[in-house]
Amino acid sequence: MTIDPELLRLLLYLVGFIAFIATNAAYLVWLERKEAGHIQCRIGPKEVGPFGLLQPVADGLKLMTKQLIIPKGADSFLFRLGPVLVMTPAVMCFVTIPYSDTIVARNLDVGLLAIFAFASVNVLGLLLGAWGSRNKYAVISAARVVSQNVAYEIPMLIVIVTMVMVTGTMNLHEVVTTQLGGFWHWNVFRFTASPLMPVAFLIYFVCMLAETNRAPFDMAEAESELIAGAFTEYPGMGFGVFFMGEYANIVVGTSMATILFLGGWDCPFGLWPGLHWFLIKMYALIFTVIWIRWTFPRTTFYSLLNLSWKVLIPVAFANLILTSALLKVL
Amino acid sequence: MKAYIRDIVNGTWSLLVGMTITIRYFFGPVVTLQYPHQTVPMKPRFRGHIDLVLDERKGTNKCIVCNACMKTCPSGCITLEGEKREGVKQKVLTYYQLDFTKCSLCGLCVEVCPTAALDFSKDYNLVGSQESEFVFDLLKRLEERKQ
Repeated sequence: MTIDPELLRLLLYLVGFIAFIATNAAYLVWLERKEAGHIQCRIGPKEVGPFGLLQPVADGLKLMTKQLIIPKGADSFLFRLGPVLVMTPAVMCFVTIPYSDTIVARNLDVGLLAIFAFASVNVLGLLLGAWGSRNKYAVISAARVVSQNVAYEIPMLIVIVTMVMVTGTMNLHEVVTTQLGGFWHWNVFRFTASPLMPVAFLIYFVCMLAETNRAPFDMAEAESELIAGAFTEYPGMGFGVFFMGEYANIVVGTSMATILFLGGWDCPFGLWPGLHWFLIKMYALIFTVIWIRWTFPRTTFYSLLNLSWKVLIPVAFANLILTSALLKVL
Repeated sequence: MKAYIRDIVNGTWSLLVGMTITIRYFFGPVVTLQYPHQTVPMKPRFRGHIDLVLDERKGTNKCIVCNACMKTCPSGCITLEGEKREGVKQKVLTYYQLDFTKCSLCGLCVEVCPTAALDFSKDYNLVGSQESEFVFDLLKRLEERKQ
């Protein structure tokens, strides 16, 4: 019996990605707690295993052993579909992300487009989960999540359009290959394309924080106002899957930031490019995401929308126009 | 327009200042005390509940059953009894009970004791589910300490 090598490749990538996402989700929780602890002069988890390294396993076991309760009168189909719709697009995003010159599941020519198409589905998952749980707090919170995500999708996509103009391709592998050869080639420092490139990176980063519902934009789970927000009714692993989806989205977002702005697997000094540089950059960005979470308090909803509509979108547009003008002239 | 741009620049700058503060704390020392594994060294003036002092020479307590501590105690938490024995000059303490549920740790009993037979103990891990667990027989505690 012969196995189609293409099928085998797909299966291996699928298993690999799911393992990568699961370990990331588990150990980013650990990292988050450790980092939060050290920022607040505490230690963080330490009792379960060395340095608390088995804490995610213990947490996972606890979540799995909890009973799955579907609230009375809830739409049980939508209620079950919610976490799946949050998790699946997050996994699908990994298909086109090139982690190094050779490690990529599918090198699509429209990779960038595919990722942003998949990434926008997770809002739908949150909305359906909240709607299906028949809880007015969840529905209110889901409305907030949707308006937040719509608001932040726009400046993010404007920045992406700018990046597509600068690199001239939507193929993520090619986006990286245009930046190879040292940090002065990276898109963040590409001042010939636009002097506002670092600002574009900043806009992308802020939008990514808001898209993944991270603090200071974590309106989806504003526990002081909304009792846990859109997933109020989810017990045990249903809740856990929402969180895994959140962390998977952070990994996707930081990977995209690495690819689009920081040169992907390129070494800053032009030596030894490879997977390790990608991971170093990605985890440095994830560290920053967590660092931001434990620095700033949650914003109010109005200032959140004001920031997007009054600051990020105009600045992103100005950058787009400036970049197109400079590309035409130079 | 000018105010708008200044707002953005100042806002971004203040966010960066906030982040430098937290990262300094991140690399700063951890101040947590791992309590059950580590403890703070006990201060010499710590006031726990009172305890009878062991007289090293005689091997017993120093109490002469003058009842001064019982009389001075404002909350009436001390009860003691003594008896006259053959061949011993002073009375001998036979029973000393402290009802710690009432004690306010004022220390008057320690100050008033003519023979310095009372002192503060350093016990602070005092947990119980019943009130009766806080009624101490200090004479028994002294015996236990001797062994």
